[in-house]
Amino acid sequence: MSMKKESSSVIRLAHGAGGVLQEELINFIIKDIAIKKISNGIGVEELDDGATIPLKDYNQEIVITTDGHTVYPIFFPGGDIGSLSVCGTVNDLLMMGAEPIAITSVIIIEEGFKLETLEKIIHSFNLKAKEANIAIIAGDTKVMPNGSLNEIIMATTGIGIKDKQIKILDNGLKIGDKIIITGSIGDHGTALMASREGLNISTDLKSDLGFLLEINNILEFEIENNYIHAMKDPTRGGIAGSLNNWAKKSNVGIYIEEEKIPIKKQVKAISDMLGLDPYNIASEGRALLSVDPQFADVILKKIKSTQIGKGAEIIGEVKSKNPKQVFLKTIVGGTRFIDMPLGELIPRIC
Amino acid sequence: MEIPGTELLKSKIFTEKIVKSINRIIKDLNTPIKIMHVCGTHEHTISKYGLRSLLPKELEVLSGPGCPVCVCPAADIDKAIELGKRDDTIITTFGDMIRVPATNISLAELKAKGGDIRIVYSPHDAVKIAKENSDKEVIFFAIGFETTVPLIGYEIQSKPPSNFSVICAHKLIPAALELLISQSQLKIDGFISPGHVSTIIGLKPFKLFSDAYRVPNVIAGFEPNDVLVAILMLLKQKKEKRYETLNEYSRVVKPEGNKKAQEIISNVFESISSPWRGIGRILDGGLKIKEEYVEYDADKKFDIDIEKSQDIPPGCSCHLVMIGKLYPYECKLFRKECTPISPIGPCMVSMEGTCSIYFKYYKEDYPK
Repeated sequence: MSMKKESSSVIRLAHGAGGVLQEELINFIIKDIAIKKISNGIGVEELDDGATIPLKDYNQEIVITTDGHTVYPIFFPGGDIGSLSVCGTVNDLLMMGAEPIAITSVIIIEEGFKLETLEKIIHSFNLKAKEANIAIIAGDTKVMPNGSLNEIIMATTGIGIKDKQIKILDNGLKIGDKIIITGSIGDHGTALMASREGLNISTDLKSDLGFLLEINNILEFEIENNYIHAMKDPTRGGIAGSLNNWAKKSNVGIYIEEEKIPIKKQVKAISDMLGLDPYNIASEGRALLSVDPQFADVILKKIKSTQIGKGAEIIGEVKSKNPKQVFLKTIVGGTRFIDMPLGELIPRIC
Repeated sequence: MEIPGTELLKSKIFTEKIVKSINRIIKDLNTPIKIMHVCGTHEHTISKYGLRSLLPKELEVLSGPGCPVCVCPAADIDKAIELGKRDDTIITTFGDMIRVPATNISLAELKAKGGDIRIVYSPHDAVKIAKENSDKEVIFFAIGFETTVPLIGYEIQSKPPSNFSVICAHKLIPAALELLISQSQLKIDGFISPGHVSTIIGLKPFKLFSDAYRVPNVIAGFEPNDVLVAILMLLKQKKEKRYETLNEYSRVVKPEGNKKAQEIISNVFESISSPWRGIGRILDGGLKIKEEYVEYDADKKFDIDIEKSQDIPPGCSCHLVMIGKLYPYECKLFRKECTPISPIGPCMVSMEGTCSIYFKYYKEDYPK
């Protein structure tokens, strides 16, 4: 069809929305890379939260991740582009089971941007890094002519370290695993949507932006003993994206229960109003965990004892039936399928 | 019959009770039953809550032409696209509309190529844009059923600026219902009618059809137990051989509807025979702007000539899906060439389109 040809010849916003289109775009970009990983390491093809660089004569390896931030508005309820840059990058390291140690950062600024605003962003960037005890070790700055960029873009690379034997990967889910979410879903994306110009929704909803450090710290024993088979922060694409990703990469069926998924009233109301599916909406301070069922209750209790994880719940389990798919038992008892989001049009949420 | 109060609308215990009653009547009737709704929001509720998985096999719940974006003819979108190609225009419309493929491209593709196409949440925003851009022609592409008509009618009768005009592609539900009822080969045992449309027009326009064609009709709300209770109310009528229009959504719908909204509609618009995408021309199926407000009618204001338009692309079965003759997965293109990413037919575009809803909520074991 002529229409299809035309529509696939340009990049659309949906190509960046964490769904199927984004997957296509990434595959398009990486397909001709000559060397895609360091031997024995996790590489770009895995499309995991980060990559690893195994060091030959050591028991540890370097974990590295890189992240671009285009959030709009740059100041939003619960954070700003500076704090988001640190949290997003550090969380990706944590989700690989790594201890974050340093970040580097690229800041691209539009000509005419107020120094005062930049100062605020840098301040919260620095503050967040300090909070997580992370060094900022290198960076680059560019200024672009007025109009060729909207305000500011930041890109951050995170470096962490982990034991080689810790394997927390998207393909690590095992039949029988319990699925845990560490708190209410969709706060970040919904708070951003609500604060955007033109929507005029007044709400006290804040982004859930935060470090998942506490979770990793309290679960140190479980992580070291590989009782936690997978961890993922459901950012773009929400829990629907993350769970589908897991189901596909681990070749399992994931069954979750609507009744058990924590979700704030405001998130429900706003997403209903905007016709968005809260399962597709991003969080910036939540983690999904797939854990050994024997230890699920203990792990849940530990997570609940932390500040960031006090709203945690076990929301489902992993089965062999219907591999590569995610199912939801609805609140009225019906069953339906949860699809990989295709790319909901909420651009610039992170 | 008990109409659910708000606390019961999503109660699992209540769901179980209704489903039990449905099962009992289906057993008594001892014959396959076909119920049709004509509203994308109802299909959304049914699919999102997995209601079909709770219903007996003998009971089919079909989806009719209930998505305003889907039934908007390609020629109207082509018009908006032609106008959008001009340097001095801003096209405004509701979200889903911009992605619907017309004869050649969609408004979204025109936007990607530099056209000034803006999504608005209400026609009032479009008027605001017109006020802020007095050097541009701001055209609101008006789609929707009776629910959205009063909003745009209100803006028109409030005399917006002269650089504001409307492509009027509004459609009316009762006329479509009559068409479906009269298609005898469909053999529908009962209709679930959209509560929000009735909120505006009341029960009377629906009553006419249930009386004339002796088919039960229930006006229903949009929570899962609303829909299930409506199904139960239809089955009871079927069993008792009654053919009435009943109101399940009485907490919102008044029998006489919203008089004020009706006044606005009749003040600004008149009904016309109107083409529905994939279905054809329906008598009294659409609206046009009255002579009195002709200055706001983009059709009259601009000389746009759409020579040839194509509603249903080759291979697409949207026209059959829209009248419940085919399930989306029975279309050859479904989930193959046609996906919500690159939709071929209109039903795959909107969140209220049957194909798009099936794509999102059903995988294997498609419920019949």
